[in-house]
Amino acid sequence: MNKFSSKIPSLSRRKFIIDSAAVGGGLAVGFNLPIGRAADAKNTLRGNEVNAWVVVKPDSSCVIRVARSEMGQGTHTGLVQLVAEELECDWKKLSIDQVTAGENLARKRVWGEMGTGGSRGIRISQDYVRRGGAVARVMLLQAAAEQWKVPVEELSVAKGVITHATSKRSTTYGKVAAAAAKLTPPDPKSIKLKDPKDWKIAGKPVLRLDTADKLNGSKLYSIDLKLPGMLHAAIRQCPVFGGKLSSFDEAKIAGMPGVKRAVKVNDSAVAVVADTWWRAKKALDALPIVWDEGAGTAESSATIAERLKGGLTASDEPFAGWQVGDALKAIGGAAKKIDAVYSTPFLAHATMEPMNCTARVSAERVEVWGPTQNAEASLAAASEESGLPLGKAEVYKLDLGGGFGRRGGTQDYTRQAVAIAKQFPGVPIKLVWSREEDMQHDFYRPISMCKLSAGLDETGKLQGLHIRISGQSINAFLNPAVIKEGRDMRQVQGMYKDPGDAQFAYTVPNLLIEYAMRNSHVPVGPWRGVNTNQNGVYLECFIEEVARAAGTDSLEFRRALLHDHPKHLGVLNAAAEKADWGKPLPPGVHRGIAQFMGYGSYSAAVAEVSVSAKGELKVHRMVLALNCGHAVNPQQIAMQVEGSVAFGLTATLYGELTVGNGRIQQSNFHDYAIMRLAEMPKVETVIVPTYDFWGGVGEPTICVVAPAVLNAIFAATGKPVRSLPLKNVKLV
Amino acid sequence: MARLNINGKLRDVQVEPDTPLLWVIREQVGLTGTKYGCGVAQCGACSVHINGEVMRSCAIPVGNVKATDRIVTIEGLSATSSHPVQKAWAALDVPQCGYCQSGQIMAAAALLKKNPKPTDKDIDEAMTNICRCGTYQRIRAAVHTAAGRKEA
Repeated sequence: MNKFSSKIPSLSRRKFIIDSAAVGGGLAVGFNLPIGRAADAKNTLRGNEVNAWVVVKPDSSCVIRVARSEMGQGTHTGLVQLVAEELECDWKKLSIDQVTAGENLARKRVWGEMGTGGSRGIRISQDYVRRGGAVARVMLLQAAAEQWKVPVEELSVAKGVITHATSKRSTTYGKVAAAAAKLTPPDPKSIKLKDPKDWKIAGKPVLRLDTADKLNGSKLYSIDLKLPGMLHAAIRQCPVFGGKLSSFDEAKIAGMPGVKRAVKVNDSAVAVVADTWWRAKKALDALPIVWDEGAGTAESSATIAERLKGGLTASDEPFAGWQVGDALKAIGGAAKKIDAVYSTPFLAHATMEPMNCTARVSAERVEVWGPTQNAEASLAAASEESGLPLGKAEVYKLDLGGGFGRRGGTQDYTRQAVAIAKQFPGVPIKLVWSREEDMQHDFYRPISMCKLSAGLDETGKLQGLHIRISGQSINAFLNPAVIKEGRDMRQVQGMYKDPGDAQFAYTVPNLLIEYAMRNSHVPVGPWRGVNTNQNGVYLECFIEEVARAAGTDSLEFRRALLHDHPKHLGVLNAAAEKADWGKPLPPGVHRGIAQFMGYGSYSAAVAEVSVSAKGELKVHRMVLALNCGHAVNPQQIAMQVEGSVAFGLTATLYGELTVGNGRIQQSNFHDYAIMRLAEMPKVETVIVPTYDFWGGVGEPTICVVAPAVLNAIFAATGKPVRSLPLKNVKLV
Repeated sequence: MARLNINGKLRDVQVEPDTPLLWVIREQVGLTGTKYGCGVAQCGACSVHINGEVMRSCAIPVGNVKATDRIVTIEGLSATSSHPVQKAWAALDVPQCGYCQSGQIMAAAALLKKNPKPTDKDIDEAMTNICRCGTYQRIRAAVHTAAGRKEA
């Protein structure tokens, strides 16, 4: 065991970081330190653990534990707001402690799941974290009551100060914490949580707790980690998915500055390890490598597109989906028929912090420092790759420089770091991918196409709707066990029959929704918003075509179909009202509208755009309405909505990866463009929580961005846009 | 071997002259606030000031930098996060993941030094760094705030 291990993993972790900071020199701040203020790192846990969620220090400052990952989405601040609300501590005296996957495992997952994806961070943990704060409050009050020998009901508490009004006594959380920690905790379920109407910290637009060190360069991301004796690895993976490493000629880089060795990484990659990353990368660029590229070389964008087209018209196979009535018959006999085929490409996550991970492997222990959306998945990957049991593995999570679904279950970079570190026993190895590797070895947003048909009666009423999606399945690549009889319902996300998560809301008497699975060798995975993004384009742009064919206003046509789904209708109306739908616009400016559902939340958007005579698009303004049930921090929600517009617009304007000879043809931001500030429209966010459910925030609004913009372009040009991205489309 | 003036201190580093300045700052000097994002001067995460100009350090070989060139990194922008840009960023809660923000702040600080009251168009032209979280709306507002204006 190394000298930093002890029975209290948190303490050992901190000691380790402090020691490494001292050794590393330039490191001013370690991770897991109190955020938002310059606190003394060494005092972080010099307090009493009242329960798993709350540690109280003698000065009554509280450390709130969090298990979910922070990647910019503000979940840490939101979770701490929820705990603090019930705890009744002083918001100005708070810090965050991130638990590790090893600690969670050792304590029988007392902090629940750690995975942070699917916009679950707050909505799934809200109940137990609030109860965590409430239990701690009850214990702290009980300790004071016992000390004063008065009934606990006579005590009140505010900002960590406990008062007994009758005897005019007061004490603090800090003073009673030691006694409270010894009490038997009450059953969390027995405690009544506050009504959100009474919230004082939650529900308020408080500033994030984790901003200060992002402003002066002191925040430590995983890519910045320095450990004593650490070496650096640069990696190259077979450019063709599914291909293998045949050989490499290490002799050609022998003697290059700083280079230690070139090593095989599993079957399909080679890494150069050196004393700095730049030297490792330079040697890697000079290393002759022979690949066995395999069967994937036969794949191209053209072959994949042909396969997807086949799925649009296939008839004799199992489709995922559901139906009402007989859509094909209703459309066949309709007075007016509308048909369209839409398509969306592969997209990369392109987190600003490229994939990276640091690992140290010895015969007794595997340790990993990494940017992970799922520390427990990282723990499992480290254990499997090292061959050591879970109990001998630990994952130290650092806040991510972007996640967007890339760093969840797919722990490829963690496995690689461990695989390299295994070949350097006891030496910490920091693996950093180049941007080119990141772009060409992602788990991409799946490519798909969609064929839609609708039938209107003589009065312009929608009588039948048929939606056939054809494309890659995320589950087929990552989780094939959940696919039953070839049917993967996840690919129709946002068009589900059942309420609650991602429900299709239009009432159509004859409806047929189908998904035909058409896979390729290109790895696919969840990409912020996952399948709601593509499906939102398909449904909402086609509904626009149908509304125009019916000669009905875009908003009124949707309203008429949403009468059975008041929450979908509610956000649609909220967006329309805020955007002054129906009122005059400046000359040349046109509106588009869309609504969709995902992650338990309801979203709608109105876009205002103009298209110049040359076909240049300008998105002037976007209004987004979101009903996420409970709004824990309205400012954070607005920031997520603004970010979702940038994410959705980037995909709309530029996002496209193509395949040639089995490999991704784009490599960096020069050919995979990301929207910049000048293109950012004015975003107005309308939050309309109904407080009868808990929905997600990070993802749900992306899916309405593209269709609202495309529908506004349709209004401007009179032509529907059916294929993304817009960089390939002549608008006029 | 290179002699660099970084944040007012002269530093001698053992490094090949074709090494990008970014990696010298991060690895030899040990200042990791300046970030790697693309390596091809596209994203701006590596932005530093050289003689008062904002530059993308990932595309500058260290051999092209003279000891008399004054390099300022995010760590050297102010001693106590008190630069008007940093204060505006804090007040408006600009960062999300924060990874690109060192570069954004350095770009904004360079803009304001040259142009203390930039218009929206000036900001569009000067602030070309990529933010994948999409903090652009708040960046624009914070540049105006740092310039002492209400949001334009």
